[in-house]
Amino acid sequence: MRKHLIGTLAVSAALMAAGLVQAQEIKSIKIGTAAAKTGPGAGGAGVTHWPNVKLWVAQVNKGGGILLKSAGNKRVPVELIEYDDRSSNDDAVKAIERLATQDKADFIIAPWGTGANLATAPVFAKYGYPQIAVTSVTDKGPELAKRWPNSFWLLGGGQHMAGSLVELLKKMNAEGKIGKKVAMVHVADGYGLDMVAGARPALKAAGFDVVYDKSYPLGTQDLSPIVNEIKGLNPDAFIAFSYPPDTFGFTEQSKIAGFNPKVFYVGVGGAFPVYRNKFSAATIEGVMGTGGWDVASPKIQDYIKAHKEANGGNEPDAWASSVQYAALEMLQQAIERVGALDRAAVTKELGSGEFDTVIGKLKLKGNVRENPWAVGQWQGGSFYGLSPTNLPGAHTPILKPAWK
Amino acid sequence: MIFPMQRREVIAVAASMAALALLAGLPLADDGFWLALAITIASYVAMATAWALFSGPTNYVSLATAAFFGSGAYVVSALAETAPWPVVLVAAAVVGALLALATGLATLRLSGMYFVIFSFGLAELIRQLVTYYQTQFTGSVGRYIFVTISAAEIYWQLLGLCAIGLFAGWAINRSRLGFALRVIGDDETVAAHSGIDTARAKVLLFSISGALIALVGAVMAPRFTYIEPQIAYNPMVSFQVVIMALLGGAKRLWGPLVGVIPFVLLYEWIAGRFPNHTHLLLGLVFLLVVYFVPQGVSGWLEKAWRKLQGKSA
Repeated sequence: MRKHLIGTLAVSAALMAAGLVQAQEIKSIKIGTAAAKTGPGAGGAGVTHWPNVKLWVAQVNKGGGILLKSAGNKRVPVELIEYDDRSSNDDAVKAIERLATQDKADFIIAPWGTGANLATAPVFAKYGYPQIAVTSVTDKGPELAKRWPNSFWLLGGGQHMAGSLVELLKKMNAEGKIGKKVAMVHVADGYGLDMVAGARPALKAAGFDVVYDKSYPLGTQDLSPIVNEIKGLNPDAFIAFSYPPDTFGFTEQSKIAGFNPKVFYVGVGGAFPVYRNKFSAATIEGVMGTGGWDVASPKIQDYIKAHKEANGGNEPDAWASSVQYAALEMLQQAIERVGALDRAAVTKELGSGEFDTVIGKLKLKGNVRENPWAVGQWQGGSFYGLSPTNLPGAHTPILKPAWK
Repeated sequence: MIFPMQRREVIAVAASMAALALLAGLPLADDGFWLALAITIASYVAMATAWALFSGPTNYVSLATAAFFGSGAYVVSALAETAPWPVVLVAAAVVGALLALATGLATLRLSGMYFVIFSFGLAELIRQLVTYYQTQFTGSVGRYIFVTISAAEIYWQLLGLCAIGLFAGWAINRSRLGFALRVIGDDETVAAHSGIDTARAKVLLFSISGALIALVGAVMAPRFTYIEPQIAYNPMVSFQVVIMALLGGAKRLWGPLVGVIPFVLLYEWIAGRFPNHTHLLLGLVFLLVVYFVPQGVSGWLEKAWRKLQGKSA
């Protein structure tokens, strides 16, 4: 027994000594993440968060890891620590606390959803972790970045996105492609209200004639009365700031009713591959939706291919997925430039550096991504970014053909 | 003295005070994960105790917890930037009590399954009303709550609410109201026949319970920074409170306490070890608990205690 004890002590002493000598040796970089795997947020996080985290970790580790100067200029693999926040913000806060203080994660990926990102922002700030928030649509980005200087906001807000849509309509009107009659409907919830608040003044300023402007409650099942009423008004452009179930519903109903305006715009979900797969590429030809990317760029093409391989054939959506992946690329590049697991330095680099990502060159201004994609359109089975029209790869809009 | 106390009760009160003082020191030891976990536990202890205040003696299973919790949080979002914090808390308690009063008057004549369903619908109804108000009058459903309250301060306030809940339960238990409620719980018809104003007793207690739960919502709101009806009126809160209180045993004042702590720790442990199968494993654990500990943790503890005493005697 005594001998055993002495042996144990000797071994521990040896291990400790070895530990001291090799203090610089870093076995892995611990990256923590907490997002919904269960509950109401699980569907959304399952599209934009988890598949991209999974893909990124696989890609980084395939290349040997993240290059660290402080570890003898070696590549160090990433070790992912994941938690389910059960779609509860209290649990999200707890999970981030746990990642920071118990798991001692080197970096933490921002959670999924506006609520979770705002609830956890004080925790990220408390421990000095950079928070690259992607899936939170907020107009308050600049204000939030001022409040928490370690936070970065990448997806833009309703005002920009709605303004960008109106900009596009204005251009189409000036080119004589569409008239001035617009019918607009929105879901009475976060996204719909933010968008409509941005769209109303922009439409008015651009001199459009808004013939319909009403909301519908979240979870409305039967959208046919709305579609039929709008059809009777015969607008040039139909705008629906809708959530995925309603996005599908409006499309279905409009097709049934033979409502076929020149511009047919739907909200969240319009850029999802499952939207095309449900209706077929021919049916949704010319449908516009929230989101967008430069789909023809080789980088996005490679990204789509890799995403499919890593996620059982599932394509990424054409709005937030590529941005989420780009956020992770930013993190990697910032760590490599700093060359150490120094969170303060990495945060500084994220705010000031320019990054080469799947969505192109990315440089934040005041911790916010300026001019993100707002409107895209299905053309030949692919979702192309249309607006802001000055972005590289912005396509020319087509008028919606008849439903097929 | 209003409450003449027995020696046993004096000891219990002194022990509770000492335990509370000890617990209040936790933020000094850790202000990270353990404090966050303690906040979850304290918030659920406060809510489950408040829930059991009403549901324990009356046997009315209420799923309206989220309605009170969310309303408390919304009071904060409306007032926090203009009113001092104590005023905000009082307002939240008043709103919770009024909400309980209004719904109690309308519905406590329902019983059994009908009340369960109605109380669940209430949370949904309030959520829709708040959404309607926000969309029609404020043009945005999301609200930002920028109040600087540290996690430790939130924790201390929650501990205070736990203490208030336990004290209220103790005081009610020994009052005429408590006696009336136990009679109602045993047989409402008999209670009515013996001259108890059953509706009044139930509404009064429902209001106290509602006010306490609304206070928990108010105290927790700054932790969210941002609330939407879907976040504030999360039905999971209602379900978890019922499960925790029943796990502990709703018939005893300290039942919810011994239900919440193992529940939250177990939930956290499973979530940490098996992030992809949390609910599956949790469901399995529930089955085992219902099968092996049907009378709740408190019943099981009391049985074990009696056994121990029987042996030593």
